[in-house]
Amino acid sequence: MQSLSPGVVESGFPAATTQHLASAGKITLWAAFRHGDVFTWASAVVLGLGNIVRGQIVKGLMYLAVEVVFLIMLVQHGVSTLAGLGNLGPVTEPTQDWTPDGRFINVNPTNSIVVLLYGVAWIFLIGGFIVWWAAAVRSAYQAQVLTKITGRTPSFRDDLRALRDERIQTTLMTLPTLGILIFTVLPLTFMICLAFTSSDRNHIPAFNWVGLDNFASVFSRTGNVAVGVNLGLFLRVLAWTLVWAILATFLNFFLGMFMSMIILRKGTRLKNMWRAFFSLSMAVPQFVSLLVINQMLQDQGIVNQTLKAWGLIDTSLPFFTNAWWARATVVIVNLWIGIPYTIMQITGVLQNVPSELYESADIDGATGWQIYRNITLPFIFFVMTPYLITTFINNINNFNVIYLLSNGAPNPVGQSAGQTDLLITWLYQLTVNKNNYNLGAVIGILSFIVMAIVALIVYRSSGSYKDEEEFR
Amino acid sequence: MSGNFIAAVTRERTRDVADGGLSAGQASDRPAFGHSMRIRRTVSNVVTHVFLTIMAIIWIIPIVWVVMESFNQNTAPFTTTFFPTKYTLDNYVQLFTQTDVMNFASMFLRTLVIAIVVCVIQLFLVLSVAYCMSRLRFTLRRAFMNAGLTLGIFPGIMAVIALYYICKALGLTTSSWGTVIALIFVYSAGAGAGFYVLKGYMDTIPKSLDEAAMLDGCSRLGIFWRITIPITKPMIVYQALVGFLTPWLDFVAAKTIVTTQNNYTVSLGLWQMLQKEYIAQWFARFAAGAVCVSIPIAILFILMLRFYQESMSGAVKG
Repeated sequence: MQSLSPGVVESGFPAATTQHLASAGKITLWAAFRHGDVFTWASAVVLGLGNIVRGQIVKGLMYLAVEVVFLIMLVQHGVSTLAGLGNLGPVTEPTQDWTPDGRFINVNPTNSIVVLLYGVAWIFLIGGFIVWWAAAVRSAYQAQVLTKITGRTPSFRDDLRALRDERIQTTLMTLPTLGILIFTVLPLTFMICLAFTSSDRNHIPAFNWVGLDNFASVFSRTGNVAVGVNLGLFLRVLAWTLVWAILATFLNFFLGMFMSMIILRKGTRLKNMWRAFFSLSMAVPQFVSLLVINQMLQDQGIVNQTLKAWGLIDTSLPFFTNAWWARATVVIVNLWIGIPYTIMQITGVLQNVPSELYESADIDGATGWQIYRNITLPFIFFVMTPYLITTFINNINNFNVIYLLSNGAPNPVGQSAGQTDLLITWLYQLTVNKNNYNLGAVIGILSFIVMAIVALIVYRSSGSYKDEEEFR
Repeated sequence: MSGNFIAAVTRERTRDVADGGLSAGQASDRPAFGHSMRIRRTVSNVVTHVFLTIMAIIWIIPIVWVVMESFNQNTAPFTTTFFPTKYTLDNYVQLFTQTDVMNFASMFLRTLVIAIVVCVIQLFLVLSVAYCMSRLRFTLRRAFMNAGLTLGIFPGIMAVIALYYICKALGLTTSSWGTVIALIFVYSAGAGAGFYVLKGYMDTIPKSLDEAAMLDGCSRLGIFWRITIPITKPMIVYQALVGFLTPWLDFVAAKTIVTTQNNYTVSLGLWQMLQKEYIAQWFARFAAGAVCVSIPIAILFILMLRFYQESMSGAVKG
């Protein structure tokens, strides 16, 4: 499939011409500036000029039109927005001032969030324009090269055809990439920027850059007393997040494996019925079951009531009021949610154990336990490792279970994180509930770093990343 | 009801497992068992079934309980008996007719609209990216894949919080349609990064198919449309169901983006019914709402699992 790797050659032209083009060297920005003629160089200023001169009028006009619109917008809005990024808005304090026509008015401070948001958006717009500009210069140079070699350039229709064929990735990838840039990358950049500002509840709406102060307060012993964030608390939440992720992942895995083995063992009757029972909880939306279980485990909830009615306890069990009880509760309820998935996965995996392995073990006279230890278990681990890793990362980010079940409770006075809060729910509490966006963003960045360390090691070493082509 | 579905789903699998996977058990099935061996086997069978029964009860109880509560005449939570003493259908009727405090029907409708649109957009984005990543080799391919992985480990909530401000700046958070559009964007726009499952599936389609079509003069768009998509159908159904279920199952994005109760989705509405101000009157209706949401979701979810398992056996058989 060599024809599928056209590299940077930007051409929608019959194959013969593509070969000409390949012999002329790659169409890079660098080549355009080194070997380009006057029109190609001029295209770096007036986009599309080179294309128009060489007959690609529609293409050239499109390059030019985008440039014109971009420059007008830049002059009208962009410059002032970008200038505002310096101190996040011209007005930082509410003041009063005289208007030109002699009235005395209150001047509200600038909403720094909007300034920052538009600033970041403009940086993205400029980045996008640079990409467009590079494409235009390369295209002008390509038109120059093609005219020299073949005497003509691909028509607009040729280009459109190429977008359906050898350049189809441009057609198909543009929208998804834009979507990811605008709705994932841009928001994340914006939040990361907030980590370096004083954007807390005392600085609404105007705030300013503060450098690394927020990181300093998360990493100092005293920390930020007003918000209730300090190193001790951070380490406690981090430790619980990791312990939670490990417990939630591996308990689910081993107990799920145990259950599926029990269902699969030879003497067990009605295998389908048991599996159906355990699958039922999977089919109920997770937030529904979490809210229901949260209700059942309240101090006056039905579980406590029933146990009292049976005379087993006198006072309510502190499911969400004692720190250790609460931690155990979220882990156990998570088992209730997670084990059915593990059962499903492992049952599927066991289907694919090569039966020759079992047959030869049988002939060699291995016992059931030996077969399990030496064949079944290694096979499950081999297949399930990527799944375990993904589950681990998802558990670090498991917002729903904590937020809907315990909501971080119990919450010690003066601390911004409860005893069962994970980094992710802590981040949410800090930002959405308490408006301390800067510290929330710091926690977000730190939890990204924690997960990146875990994920990078693992993804990189996982087979599907390395041997993508293995089964071709 | 759901049980039958699941049984149908699992039947196929179990047969295989019983044949192949369970030869492990057969190993211990050799003759020369004494009398004591048989007793031991009986004991372990009894223990297993007792254990499974207890576990099954634990798994079923919360579901049975909420279904029973949805028919409870007493609308308050924290009753003293485990199951209601008086049953009624009023909760379901009121849930959809008393719309002055909380309009569950409109929440349901809103979520449905969002779900349908999200399903279509997500499918289009994921299909496009998966096809390019799987069948084509181009300059920025590896960069895109790495970026997808990196973005995947950022706490998604961070992006959602910022998206709230973007939507607010665009004036989308005040009006009802604005929130619907905002949520549609939030759920679907970044979907391109979730191409991995579909790509892995497309990787199993032999390249020779593409090459043959290309020799016959088919363009790559034609290959995408006429070969890749038809072969990928079971996985596409799976992906469509994933997209459709997203708005029903999501809580946190909706909670962050939607600020007024008039614009709530189903999950927010159910959550709201359990807050302090509402729970005393709304608990039974919460249970009714939970049942109403769960039944269609459960059916779709089971369908989704079936298509997923079907496609796990590979794209082109034989």
